[in-house]
Amino acid sequence: MKKKNRRLENVKYEFKHNKLAIFAAIYLIAIILVSVFVVFSSVDPDALDVAHKLQSPSSAHWFGTDELGRDYFIRVLYGGRVSLVVGVLAMLTSIVIGVTVGMVAGYFGGIVDNILMRIVDVFSSIPWIIMVTVVGLLFKKGLASIIIVIGLFSWMEIARLVRSEVLSAKEREYVQYADFIGIPSGKVIMSHVFPTVFPTIITAATAQIASAIMVESSLSFLGLGVAAPMSSWGSLLQSSQQYLQKAPYMAVLPGILIILTVYSFNKLGDVLRVFVEPRITAGDKDE
Amino acid sequence: MKYIVKRILQAIPLLLIITFICFMLINLAPYDAIDSITTPDMTKQEIEAKREAYGLNDPVIVQYGRWLGNICRGEFGYSLRSRTSISYDLKSRIPSTIKLVLPSYLTAFLLAIVLGLVAGSHKNQWQDKLIDGICSIGIATPTFWFAMIIMFFFGYKLELFPLMGMHTIGKEDSILDFLQHFIMPYVVLTVGFIPDLTRYVRGSTIGQLKEDYVIVQKSFGASKAEILFRHVSKNVLLPLITKLGMALPMLVTGAVITETIFSWPGIGPYFVSAVQAMDYPIVMSILVLSGTLVILGNLLSDILYCVTDPRIKSMK
Repeated sequence: MKKKNRRLENVKYEFKHNKLAIFAAIYLIAIILVSVFVVFSSVDPDALDVAHKLQSPSSAHWFGTDELGRDYFIRVLYGGRVSLVVGVLAMLTSIVIGVTVGMVAGYFGGIVDNILMRIVDVFSSIPWIIMVTVVGLLFKKGLASIIIVIGLFSWMEIARLVRSEVLSAKEREYVQYADFIGIPSGKVIMSHVFPTVFPTIITAATAQIASAIMVESSLSFLGLGVAAPMSSWGSLLQSSQQYLQKAPYMAVLPGILIILTVYSFNKLGDVLRVFVEPRITAGDKDE
Repeated sequence: MKYIVKRILQAIPLLLIITFICFMLINLAPYDAIDSITTPDMTKQEIEAKREAYGLNDPVIVQYGRWLGNICRGEFGYSLRSRTSISYDLKSRIPSTIKLVLPSYLTAFLLAIVLGLVAGSHKNQWQDKLIDGICSIGIATPTFWFAMIIMFFFGYKLELFPLMGMHTIGKEDSILDFLQHFIMPYVVLTVGFIPDLTRYVRGSTIGQLKEDYVIVQKSFGASKAEILFRHVSKNVLLPLITKLGMALPMLVTGAVITETIFSWPGIGPYFVSAVQAMDYPIVMSILVLSGTLVILGNLLSDILYCVTDPRIKSMK
């Protein structure tokens, strides 16, 4: 237990002395709260008001109105819900696949490991944009299919990470002892190997949310992701492209929110790495 | 040499598996390829005849075999939508993409080496904090958003550069006209490549500075600059050569988003519109092409590594 406390202390230290980390944490909490509670806002994101279309920012409409006169600020906040939901659920999908594959490959080794790792090779050898779009062809357009598609093509790195962690966990005495006294392998994995790997998974998960949000916005921007009437930050940017000259303010807010969100999740991941690898803080901070 | 042959032999089944999976997936897709060939006024018999003529009634495995045979003969088939020959389209589009990606990647590569060495050798000082901070923001910035900002300021506001395409119609031979079209996508793409590469160089510089030979040099009284440029840079640059090999597939798929925004007549818009129209022969061709390049790229980087690093050569 003593070791774990030191890890927590490290994270606390990191948060206290790293202003950007504090900023990232506060920003993330804020954006998540806003996304959850925006439904209670009195402004309807789909209320049309064609008389006031493409208006510049004003006190009535903080970020102006879009091409159909809808309040842009509230639309961006609703778009954030979609982006965050896709980010988190795609992360969960890829974590589940990646951790399972990595654990099984690392723990059982031999031919199982070989086959699984060759599959990982196959998946990671094609540029993501090609893979995601090809599989996207299969599914009907919709939120669920985007989540599945992004999740299906982002688990390989996690599988590799988990596998190498499992390989080293397998050499620990307590795991070998548990094996030796005949505890079934499923139970050994769950109660002895998994806890060792868990911190790595958490760190990978935060980075995964960031990259899933990025992939989703790129796909939606290309018109291959979230489609109307639903909107995400990426699809909002896509529609703002047509009005870039008339209403440049429409391109600003979603873009900045994407940057801040991705940046903050990455930053959070960096801070959590201190927890996973306590050695980083000892003396030198990075790499 | 034996090693290279072995690597190629390993790569071929990988490519076969990838294409087979994709072929199966596309066949499972909930749409009918015949719809894009037929017109609404065709009779049932005509449609059936077309279906037979295109071989769409055969089992998937037969269709895959036929497709594979064609690919091996260099025939990529025809677009379902426009009936144009895909190999002809690719031949006209790939050079445009290369014209854009190659200069951007090389510029980013050189800048990243400089920035990475500076950041790595000044770890936790202001230079490092600045460069690393900008890189983290760069990684979080979507390429297309940056492109839109650039477009807005330099295209709409200042009207310095044309917004779309590669040439003004009628001025296909003018280099100046090409450069005007080239500069915005070039900047966007370069900026997009830099953060990752810089981080990589920075990381390996930091790693190298911890090595024993640096301490030895220091104890002999070598100056910081001398250590950095004489010894560290050499060891940092070697693994970077392999990055060049890995970047090979980028020559085709490295700029899909940037090309689409700027309507650059390369692979990007071609691929995106093919996906939107479910024009599967095009999608499959590009998939095969990029898969082949990925494998060739890995091979190339392995070979480069062998050539440049004597330690690896002696291991075999």
